[in-house]
Amino acid sequence: MNEKRFQKRTLFLITYLVFAILPIYWMVNMSFKTNEEILSSFSFFPQHFTLANYATIFTDPSWYSGYINSLIYVAINTVISVTVALPAAYAFSRYQFLGDKHVFFWLLTNRMTPPAVFLLPFFQLYTTVGLMDTHIAVALAHLLFNVPLAVWILEGFMSGIPREIDETAYIDGYSFPRFFLTIFLPLIKAGVGVAAFFCFMFSWVELLLARTLTSVNAKPIVATMTRTVSAAGMDWATLAAAGVLTIVPGAIVIWFVRHYIAKGFAMGRV
Amino acid sequence: MSAANKPVNQKAWFLILPVILCVAFSAILPLMTVVNYSVQDIISPERRVFVGTEWFAAVMRDPELHEALLRQLGFSLAVLAVELPLGIMLALAMPAQGWKSSAVLVMMALSLLIPWNVVGTIWQIYARADIGLLGAALDYIGLDYSYTGNSSHAWITVLVMDVWHWTPLVALLCFAGLRSIPDAYYQAARIDGASKFAVFRYIQLPKMRGVLMIAVLLRFMDSFMIYTEPFVLTGGGPGNATTFLSQYLTQKAVGQFDLGPAAAFSLIYFLIILLLCFILYNWMQRVGTADKQGAGHE
Repeated sequence: MNEKRFQKRTLFLITYLVFAILPIYWMVNMSFKTNEEILSSFSFFPQHFTLANYATIFTDPSWYSGYINSLIYVAINTVISVTVALPAAYAFSRYQFLGDKHVFFWLLTNRMTPPAVFLLPFFQLYTTVGLMDTHIAVALAHLLFNVPLAVWILEGFMSGIPREIDETAYIDGYSFPRFFLTIFLPLIKAGVGVAAFFCFMFSWVELLLARTLTSVNAKPIVATMTRTVSAAGMDWATLAAAGVLTIVPGAIVIWFVRHYIAKGFAMGRV
Repeated sequence: MSAANKPVNQKAWFLILPVILCVAFSAILPLMTVVNYSVQDIISPERRVFVGTEWFAAVMRDPELHEALLRQLGFSLAVLAVELPLGIMLALAMPAQGWKSSAVLVMMALSLLIPWNVVGTIWQIYARADIGLLGAALDYIGLDYSYTGNSSHAWITVLVMDVWHWTPLVALLCFAGLRSIPDAYYQAARIDGASKFAVFRYIQLPKMRGVLMIAVLLRFMDSFMIYTEPFVLTGGGPGNATTFLSQYLTQKAVGQFDLGPAAAFSLIYFLIILLLCFILYNWMQRVGTADKQGAGHE
């Protein structure tokens, strides 16, 4: 390996990582400052280190209920998505049946549909059935892109398991549910974890549907954050602290799925 | 989905039934509603008039829509032009093994996991000339930079934000593709005295073809429906400089509550995406079978 080229590459990589980390660092930095300091001086480190912004979020119900609401609908959505996707992914990875390719394609189109297209009908549909401003409404709406995603990811993982295992189990007299739960599921638990992680993530980051389908009772944190303009101007410090707190769950879990991130984003195709 | 020797079993339909029901509730039902609205003039809940294809014709003629569509296409192509080469270069530069590799992987993936509106917020803070590092730095070197006042500045800021947000996706996919190349290939190339470029052109690039296609189409489509980040950062302004298709549609549907035209436009938008999906799906199927055949010959 050429020493000079190696250095050039490393330099390039480090430059990019600085570019990638700096904006995040800047927000973390601001979240420990007061609003007066943010607007009056300019520094790389907080001069008057404060946790007041975080205290505000953890004590003010209008803030912390946003996190709770988000977590509730994200959890409901993840559980439903993975549960219904498991048998379907098994069917796609193991059998041929009438219209299998068309159904698979149809699922893909739902992952690719702009949520904005369905905004209007969702709004009308949920108003009609009385689900507006509930956690269920957002969870159901997010199924639109999470179920296809979960099916795709799980199908990718399941296709990596040799079919002989299924056949041996059936010959040994296992029924399908018993085989699936006691033998097959443990084999693909990494896949289930990755699928759950990606469902969690895409539901967590989505704003448009979550904001439109809720108003007060189920208002998610991402919507709360878009309305921080008060009479005294923007509350930058609290906004920054709220932003940092939304990154934390992803940042923790990412370590566990670091080897599968690419596979998840490619919908199991890597 | 590519192995053709799977047993035929029509009962498998029962296994996919739950998925069909779920997605039917959240996709087919709403879609039917959109179709219904798109051919009617809804004056009030009780009074509605069938207008046929009038809304479609009106939407197709709408100059604002044409502008939004052009902006959208320009944006998506710019995103691809920047993110693909950058992502490939990053994948080549990433360390292959050890804790350094894990650390770089996690640092890169961080931006992918940030809620999209927080991405907007981060850049809103970062790019402001009074309180942001980037804005202040550009101000310091004498540029009169303002993403809220100058349309081309706003446009470039949204583009840089998207590059920051999504380039790691391209890099991660390419990285995964690169890792699947056996060491023997590199050894053979070294014996042949192949140049760095030849190794890239004839070994690495062909092996990355599959993941690159996924990257291209995911990036193209996701950038085609970008909404949240520019909504938070610029609100579509200044003027209409950063109003992309989703934003335009949302303004029509929720802001002005123009049901008919908004529904007609939704359908057109949906059909564009459907066409792109179809191309992607066939492409991926073909790549899948081509790889299988290639592996069979080796």
